[in-house]
Amino acid sequence: MHEFRLSRRGLLQSGATLAGGALAAPLVARHAMAADTIKVGSLLDLSGPIGSSGQAMHATIQLAVAELNASGGLLGRQIELVNYDTQSTIQLYSQYAQQLALKDKVAVVHGGITSASREAIRPVFDRYATLYFYNVLYEGGVCDRDCFCTGTTPAQTVNKLVPYALDTWGKKAYIIAADYNYGQITAKWMGKYVRDGGGTVQATEFFPLDVTEFAATISKIQQAGPSVVLSALVGSNHTAFYRQWAAAGMKGKIPIASTTFGLVNEIATIAPSESDGVVTSYGYYEELSTPASTAFTQAVRAKFGNDLPYISELAAATYEGFKLWAEGVKKAGSLDRMKVTEALETGLAVDGPSGKVTIDHATHHVVRNAYLAKAADRKWEVFKSYPDQAPADTAAVCDLIKDPKMSKQFVIDVKT
Amino acid sequence: MALTGLILFNVANSIAVLVLLSLGLGVIYGMMKIINLAHGEFLMLGAYTTVVSTNAGLNLWVAMLIAAPVAVGLFGLLVERLFIRFLYGRMIDTMLATWGLSLAVIGLITTIFGNTVRGVAAPFGGFAIGGYQTSLYSLFVIAVAAVMAAGLWLVLRFTRFGLIVRATMQNPNMAAALGAPPPQIYMVTFALGSALAGLAGGVLAPVSGVSPVMGSAFIARAFITVLGGGPAIVTGTGLASTLFGGISEVATFLTTPVFGQVALLLAALIMIRILPQGITGRLLRRSL
Repeated sequence: MHEFRLSRRGLLQSGATLAGGALAAPLVARHAMAADTIKVGSLLDLSGPIGSSGQAMHATIQLAVAELNASGGLLGRQIELVNYDTQSTIQLYSQYAQQLALKDKVAVVHGGITSASREAIRPVFDRYATLYFYNVLYEGGVCDRDCFCTGTTPAQTVNKLVPYALDTWGKKAYIIAADYNYGQITAKWMGKYVRDGGGTVQATEFFPLDVTEFAATISKIQQAGPSVVLSALVGSNHTAFYRQWAAAGMKGKIPIASTTFGLVNEIATIAPSESDGVVTSYGYYEELSTPASTAFTQAVRAKFGNDLPYISELAAATYEGFKLWAEGVKKAGSLDRMKVTEALETGLAVDGPSGKVTIDHATHHVVRNAYLAKAADRKWEVFKSYPDQAPADTAAVCDLIKDPKMSKQFVIDVKT
Repeated sequence: MALTGLILFNVANSIAVLVLLSLGLGVIYGMMKIINLAHGEFLMLGAYTTVVSTNAGLNLWVAMLIAAPVAVGLFGLLVERLFIRFLYGRMIDTMLATWGLSLAVIGLITTIFGNTVRGVAAPFGGFAIGGYQTSLYSLFVIAVAAVMAAGLWLVLRFTRFGLIVRATMQNPNMAAALGAPPPQIYMVTFALGSALAGLAGGVLAPVSGVSPVMGSAFIARAFITVLGGGPAIVTGTGLASTLFGGISEVATFLTTPVFGQVALLLAALIMIRILPQGITGRLLRRSL
């Protein structure tokens, strides 16, 4: 049976070669052209529930590619972006990841949004030896030499947000979070930092993503009487919490600090009376007024217009992730995965819209700036910055210098 | 004491939300046996009508109480003329058709307004029960649900239109023989159900995350309530809402939101086991 199949394939191949003879000339020419460009893969959700996060990321990677091409490309070749819309479906992530690695043979893949999507495609790129960049803030712990994570992790942001909340508002915290891996793990980090800061966690509540009624929770929070509510709620249904909170007149009575609010477009689309005063911490805000940030947002808006959703850390880190890879290729003088990885591991840095972004060899995460901001009248007022924050959470469990063969996500044991 | 009052208020709110979510579906499914899988999208359209027309300068109350039901009612009319009228008596086919419709509507709204959360702020602000703050808007939601249920009951029970509608639902051939044309009655009933869904979506818009996919968070609860209620639309939906809303709200308060959802489903399971025809399939059978 096996043999028969092989011989059938052989027959088909020789047949195809014969038949292709007449067409060979134009095909060869086209092939030569294609070989001149460097293919870069991008896997982002541009539709479905996560689609609103993906659109700005897609815009900034296109911008980064266009800028690089305008300045002469890489190694004298132009970049060609191969993009697939994963439609908020994990199955499509796996499928397109294989396609990028095997059919398109891209030099690098940037993408993945949710932690679930990252964990679906990371093993695929490991298996097919394709360099992979995950440019999203997440719960930390990925330890994989074939992968670079350029977004912030809890040590960089939650560890700024929680101490600020405890110092400003008081030591009693009430944690509400989405009921999946991001929310569960982030809630643990919140709890840890609350206790580190000498505070107490009154309660931790998890909400499935389709919960839309928060009246009971709002009552419970009042019963507990915390000095701050820490929120890691996710998605459009959970936006209802902030609205019902404001409708109950709780706005201004108990402050809210969040690790997720405003990451998509909430601040522009829900009323200021519902969002004002919420404090967040991210690696980048569109309102950041440094020259690099202003130039970046103007370039994005000039290319994609004002209909593009908010330019958050997701979009900035995607842009910076691509630039880091490009610098790595320049330094290595090659597209070879190992050579580029080694070049990046020398502690390569780029100046991006968020400031200086430096690869950390031991974790394959980045050292980058973190910011605190408060919502005010549909904008984020950035009021505190923390330069050069290290991914200390992942560093506690991951050392790729000592153990370069490691390829897993540690669930960091947060003492509870 | 104040806490008990607050919990009772929350329970009433939770019941009212279920009534709002399911009454329109109750009319369409309960009376016409059309499984409207696009019901969640009808709610979403009501919410969008409210948000968009309020942002365009329309008074919030007009947008919520008039624009939303009228717009969605007209949309329902269109849907009935274009798809549903060919599918009466073919329950499974209506499922497929309305499911397709729901995907199309989500796609359309995403294309027009983008895949982001929108909203208008809730009016009124809060008030205190004892030492606890709660939403005055919830009181309005409760009132709308009560008026909607009572209004529907009164129309069905006491008007000539209600009599004809009930007669047509019971026996269309006999109604036709007596001079009431079933196609028109169906059309109007479907539009009425859609308008109720639109009104519900409009009223819930200020306290929901209004996005193209919001319907999927509502549809399961609406169906559970309607099926649990049984053949009497208003009484059944009201009783089922009270049962499920009360149980899930109290469970959420005492435990966690996860168990709140579990409790609702468990209650529905047990009830369907005991009363397979829904509450009004066995009790209060002569009610409406």
